[in-house]
Amino acid sequence: MAGRNSITPQQSTAGTAAARLTDVDHRYGDVVALDSVTVDIPAGQTVGLIGPDGVGKSTLLGLIAGARKIQSGKVEALGGDMADKSHRTRACADIAYMAQGLGTNLYPDLSVFENIDFFGRLFGLTRAERQSRTAALLAATGLSPFADRRAANLSGGMKQKLGLCCALIHEPALLILDEPTTGIDPLSRRQFWQLVDTMRARRPGMSVIVATAYMDEAEGFDWLAAIHAGRILATGSPQDLKAQTGRDSLEDAFVDLLPRVSRPSGVALAAPAPTASTGSTAIEAHGLTRRFGDFTAVDDVSFRIRQGEIFGFLGSNGCGKTTTMKMLTGLLPATEGRAEIFGHPVDPRDLETRKRVGFMSQAFSLYGELTVLQNLELHARLFHLPKQLIADRVETMIARFDLADYRAQRAQKLPLGIRQRLSLAVAVIHEPELLILDEPTSGVDPVARDRFWDLLLRLSRQDGVTIFISTHFMNEAERCDRISLMHAGRVLARGEPGELVERRGTRNLEDAFIAYLEEAAEEATQPVIPAETESSSISPRRNATQPSRSPAFSLGAAWAYARRETMELIRDPIRQAFALLGPILLMAVLGYGVSFDVEDIAYAALDRDRTAESRAYLDKFVGSRYFKEEPPIRDYVDMERRLAEGSLRVAIEVPPNFGADVKSGRSPEIGIWLDGAMPFQAETSRGYVKGLHQTYLDSLAEAQGTPIRESPVRIESRYRYNQDFQSVVGMVPGIVMLLLVLIPAMMTAVGVVREKEMGSISNLYATPVTGLEFLVGKQLPYVALAMVNFASLVLLADFLFGVSVNGSIPALIVGALTYVTASTGIGLLFSTFVGTQIAAIFGTAIVTTVPALQFSGLLGPVSTLSGGAKVISLVFPSSYFQQISLGAFAKDLGFVDLYQSHLVLAGFAILFLAAAWSLLKTQED
Amino acid sequence: MRRHLINIFRLGIKELYSLRRDPVMVFLIVYAFSYSVYGVATGAGIEVRNAAIAVVDEDRSQLSRRITDAFLPPYFRPAAELEIGDIDEVLDEGRHTFVLDIPPDFQADVVAGKRPALQLNIDATAMSQAGIGAGYINTIVDREVATFLATETEDPAAKLVVRSKFNANLVSVWFDSVMEVINNITLLAIILTGAALIREREHGTIEHLLVMPLRPFEIMSAKVWANGLVVVTAATLSLIVVVQGVLDVRIAGSIALFVAGTTVYLFSVTSLGILLATLARSMPQFGLLAILVFIVMNLLSGGQTPLDNMPHSIQLFMQLSPSTHFVSFAQAVLFRGADLTIVWPPLLAVAGIGVVYFGVALMRFRRAITTMRL
Repeated sequence: MAGRNSITPQQSTAGTAAARLTDVDHRYGDVVALDSVTVDIPAGQTVGLIGPDGVGKSTLLGLIAGARKIQSGKVEALGGDMADKSHRTRACADIAYMAQGLGTNLYPDLSVFENIDFFGRLFGLTRAERQSRTAALLAATGLSPFADRRAANLSGGMKQKLGLCCALIHEPALLILDEPTTGIDPLSRRQFWQLVDTMRARRPGMSVIVATAYMDEAEGFDWLAAIHAGRILATGSPQDLKAQTGRDSLEDAFVDLLPRVSRPSGVALAAPAPTASTGSTAIEAHGLTRRFGDFTAVDDVSFRIRQGEIFGFLGSNGCGKTTTMKMLTGLLPATEGRAEIFGHPVDPRDLETRKRVGFMSQAFSLYGELTVLQNLELHARLFHLPKQLIADRVETMIARFDLADYRAQRAQKLPLGIRQRLSLAVAVIHEPELLILDEPTSGVDPVARDRFWDLLLRLSRQDGVTIFISTHFMNEAERCDRISLMHAGRVLARGEPGELVERRGTRNLEDAFIAYLEEAAEEATQPVIPAETESSSISPRRNATQPSRSPAFSLGAAWAYARRETMELIRDPIRQAFALLGPILLMAVLGYGVSFDVEDIAYAALDRDRTAESRAYLDKFVGSRYFKEEPPIRDYVDMERRLAEGSLRVAIEVPPNFGADVKSGRSPEIGIWLDGAMPFQAETSRGYVKGLHQTYLDSLAEAQGTPIRESPVRIESRYRYNQDFQSVVGMVPGIVMLLLVLIPAMMTAVGVVREKEMGSISNLYATPVTGLEFLVGKQLPYVALAMVNFASLVLLADFLFGVSVNGSIPALIVGALTYVTASTGIGLLFSTFVGTQIAAIFGTAIVTTVPALQFSGLLGPVSTLSGGAKVISLVFPSSYFQQISLGAFAKDLGFVDLYQSHLVLAGFAILFLAAAWSLLKTQED
Repeated sequence: MRRHLINIFRLGIKELYSLRRDPVMVFLIVYAFSYSVYGVATGAGIEVRNAAIAVVDEDRSQLSRRITDAFLPPYFRPAAELEIGDIDEVLDEGRHTFVLDIPPDFQADVVAGKRPALQLNIDATAMSQAGIGAGYINTIVDREVATFLATETEDPAAKLVVRSKFNANLVSVWFDSVMEVINNITLLAIILTGAALIREREHGTIEHLLVMPLRPFEIMSAKVWANGLVVVTAATLSLIVVVQGVLDVRIAGSIALFVAGTTVYLFSVTSLGILLATLARSMPQFGLLAILVFIVMNLLSGGQTPLDNMPHSIQLFMQLSPSTHFVSFAQAVLFRGADLTIVWPPLLAVAGIGVVYFGVALMRFRRAITTMRL
C-alpha cells in the first residue's frame, strides 16, 4: 500500500491542498460565475461542492481541472499554477475530470471496452496496462458482461459507471466529478459511491472533488464547500456546517446558509391532500410496449391517471420513462397496446386533444436563440391564444415563474434552473388540463427543485391540472399522489408512496425502490472487487505513463483519436456508403455528363428560296453529326419565339433567289442566328457553321469546275496529349481533382464542431492531449479514406473511361496524398473556428466548391484566369493538384516536372493544419 | 386554414431569428451572393477569353511579327515569345494552351507561293478552349496573310452572316454571373433548410413542436418560406446590385418574372433540403449527402456545360432535378427576354418536382424524426 501512496512530487511539496484558489473571478459576458473565490481544497479527501444551480460549481471544477481558461486570480492544482501551460500539461496527466451530464465524456458509438481503451491510449498506457486495468475496472463496476455493448445503449447508471472507469484508467491523483450521479437510479447511485470508496481505499492519496445536487450524498463526504452566487458561503465537514447553523440535516443547514432573498418561498412543500376527485380519467394505458429492433424499451406498461392527480414515474435514465411518454404524446407509435388521453385514443393528428396537453421534455426544448419573452410569445401564438390576451398571459407567466429579471436574455444563456422554469412556463402558457413532464428537474439543484415543485403543486391544487411527471429523485416521487416504479422497461410496483414503503417494510422510499430493484435484477452483480485484482492488476502507477509522453506531440494520443474516429465511421454504415460509393457514382455521372463535345445542336431553317440550290445548302447541315434538324421555321415570329424558348440553338435563313444568285455570282448572304445565351455553345456552333459553309462552297466549286481557292499557308494543328480531342481525357483528371477536395473537406468539416455541440470536446480540455494530437487524430482516418477514394477513382477512370495514367504513378500518388491532407485540413480549419455544424458545412461548401469548380482548371485552363480569380487559384490547393493530375494522366509527366506542385501542396497541408491548431481552443473560456 | 397560415408564419419568424444569431452564416450568405458571384463572373469562364498563346518565331520577318501581334484581347493574351526548345515545357506545365511555331523562311515561302506550314501545338486537355481557339487562330493567320499579300478577296459564291441573338458579342460574364447566382441559391437553400431541420432534431426542439397542436406540414412550410425568403432576397439583391450594377450585365427580360420563378424554385430546393434531411440521420451524414447532390446539380443542370452535350440518359435523369428546369427558365427570361407564355413549361416542372419532394419529405417527416439517433 505504501508504494501506491506515492503521489506526484509537486503534490507532496504543496502540503495538504489538492487545489488552491486565490481571488478567482470568472464571468460569462455580464453574468458573474465566480466572485473573488479564495479557497483551499484539502488533498486526500472526498470534497463536495454544494449549492444551487448556476452558482459557479461547474466553473470552479473546470478551472481546477484545467479545462477552463482562468480569467483572473490564481488557480493551483496538484501544487502548481494552472495558468502555467507546462504545469497544466503535466497536471492534466494526473487529473481525471468527468463533466456534467450523463455520459458526456463517452463516445456513444464505441463499446464499453473501446471507450475505456480509448482513454487508456490518450494517457499513453501500454497495452498490458490497459488490459489489466480495464479488466479490473470492468469487474469492479460490474460492467464486464457488457464490455461489447455500445455506450449509447447503456442505462444512465451504467453510463456513469463507465464514465468513472474512463476517468480512473490512468490512476489519477485528483478525481473531479461534476454531478456524477444526477439522473441515475438509487441502486446505481449507491453502487457508484461504493466504487469511488473502493478506489479511494486502494489509493488513499487520491483526492476527489465532487459537485452534487444530492444532500444525502454530501452527508457522506469529508469536507464541503457551500457555494452561492459565485461565492463560498461556508466550508468544513458536514458536521461543522450543521453545527454552524444548528440544524440536523444538511439540506436545512444549506438553506440557512443562503442569503435571505434566495431562500425558497416558504410555502409548505408537503402536498396538500388530493382533492378526492375519483371522477374521470385523464390518461389510460393498456399493455403499452415498444420495441426497437430486438431491444424492448417498454414492456407491457399499464396505468390509469385520474384527473387532478399528480402521477409520478420513478426510475433511472433509460428505463423507458421517456419512451412511454413519447408514446402517450403520439411522438412514437406503440408496438403493442393502446393509450387514451381524455378518452380519445392517442393520435398524432388529433390537434384538439393536443391543445389540452402541455409537454415539457428532458432536453428543455426551448429555442436557445430566442429570448425569454420571444419564447413565451412564440408558444402563446402557436397555441392561438386570442391576441388581446397574449401580452397579459405572457406577463402573468413571467411574474408567476419569476422570470422578470431574464426577460430579454436568450434562453441558451440562462442557468439550468431558470431555463427549466421557462420551459414550464412555456408548457403551461395555454392553460392545459394535462401536463406531461419528462424529467423536468434533471440536473437542477435542490433549491430550484423545491421552487419548481411549489409551482407544480399550485398548478395541480389550485388550477386542477393533471400532472404526469417522470423523475429519478426520491423526494420528488414522495410528493406525487401515486407513483409507478419503473426499471428496464417494466413497472415494478405502483401505488401511493407511503403504501409502497409500507409494503416493503423499509425506512423510506429509496430503500423500498432499491428493494424492488434488487428483487427485479437478481442477476445484477453487486460491485464486488475480486481479491486478486487488488494486488495484481492495479500496478504501481506511472511506471510507464510519464516517459511515453512528450509534451508537444505523442503519436499514441493522436492514434487514439484516429482509431476512435475510424471506429465511429465503421459504425456508421450510411456515412461510409456515402463516402465510399459517392465519389464513384459521381465520377461516373460527371465523366459522361460534363462534356465539351458539342453535338446535336438543334437547328431549323427558314428556307425562302425553296430551290434545289437552297436544299443542297441545307443538306450540308442535315448530314452533319453536329447538328440536329428541327421542323422548318415558318416566319420571323416563329424564329424569335423558338430561339427565345431555347428550343433552337441555330436558325438559318436562306434568302429568296438564293439559287439564282449563286449561279449568277451575285454572292447572296446566308443569315445565321445563334442563341447567344450560352456563349460557349454559341462559339462552338459558329465554328461548325463556318466549316459547313466552307464545305458547301468547296463542293459548289468542284461541281462548277472552278479551282478551289487555297489558303497561302497551311496550319498543322497538333492536338497534344489528347489526339482524338475527347472530352473525357481532359475532364476525368479534373473530376478526380474536384472530388478529392469537396468530399474529404466535407468529411472533416463537422469533426471538431460536432464534439463541441455534443460535449465530448471536454476530453480534449481536461486530458493532457494537445491540440495537434487531437487534430491529427481527427484528420488521419479521413486522409486514409480519401486515398481509398483516390484509388477507386483511378481504377474507374481506367475501366470505365479508358483514361489511364500515362505518366508517373508514384508522382500521382504522392500528389494525391499531399492534396487530400490539404483538403481534409480545410475542413478541420473550418470546424475549429465556427460555432455550429451548419456553419461548418455551409462554409466548407462555399469555400471549396467555387475555387475547385471554377478556378482550378476543371472547366477552363488556369492560364486564362485573371484578377481575383487568379489570386484565388494560387492560394487554393486544387489548381496545383490539377497540374499533377493532368500531368500524370494525360501528359506523361513525372516528379521532375511536377515536384514544385508537390511542394506547394505539402505546404498547404502543413499550413491548414497549423492554422487549425492555432485556432483550436484547448480550454473552455 | 387561417390557423395553419398563422402557425406557419410564426414558426417562420422563429427560423429567421435563429439565422440572425449566427454571424458566420450571415457573413457566408453575403459573401456567396456578392464577391463569389463577381469573382466567378469576371475571373473564369469556359469560352476562349484571355487564352494563353505563345509564338516561336523562327522567321523573324515582317509577316511573322504581324501574325504574332495579331493575337489581341479579349480572346487572347498578348502572345509570348518562346524558344523552340521550350515548347514541351510550357505545354506540360499548362502555362500556355497554344504554341504557334513559325518556321524559318516563312515569309519568303509565302510570297513564293510554296504554301508553307505553320505548326500549331494545342494543349488538348483544355477541352473548353482548344477547339474554338484553334479555329480563331486559323482565321487570324489567314486574315493576316491575306492582308500582307494584299490579295484581292473576290466574293465567295455565298456569304455567311452570323449574328448572335440575345448576347451579340457573346460576353460570358452575363452567363457566368447569373449561373453563379443560381448555384448559390441551390447550395444555400439545401443547406439552410436541411441542416436547420437536423439541428432541431439533434437538439430535441422538433419533438417539442410535434407535441404541440402543429402539423408536420406547418413545420415544414415554415422552414420553406423563411429560408426561401432569405435566399430570394439575397438573390434578388445580388442580381440587381452585383450582376446589373457592378458587372453591367444587360438583362433582357423581366426581373420580376425571374424573382417570381426563383420563388417557385426555392420552394422546390428547400423541399429537397428537407427531404435530404429526412434521409440523413446525423449532421455528418447530411453534409456529405448535400455536397454530393449539390455537385451533380451544379455541373449537370446546364449551367456549366450545355445539357445538349450530355448523354441522353443523363439528360433524362437530370429532368428530376428542379435546377435543370430553373436554369433553362433563367436563361430564357434573363437573356432571351422570354415572357410567361414561353417559360411556363419549365416553371411548371420546377413547381411539380417541388410538390413531389415536399410530399415525400412530409411522408417521411414524422418517422425520420422519431427514429433519429444521436
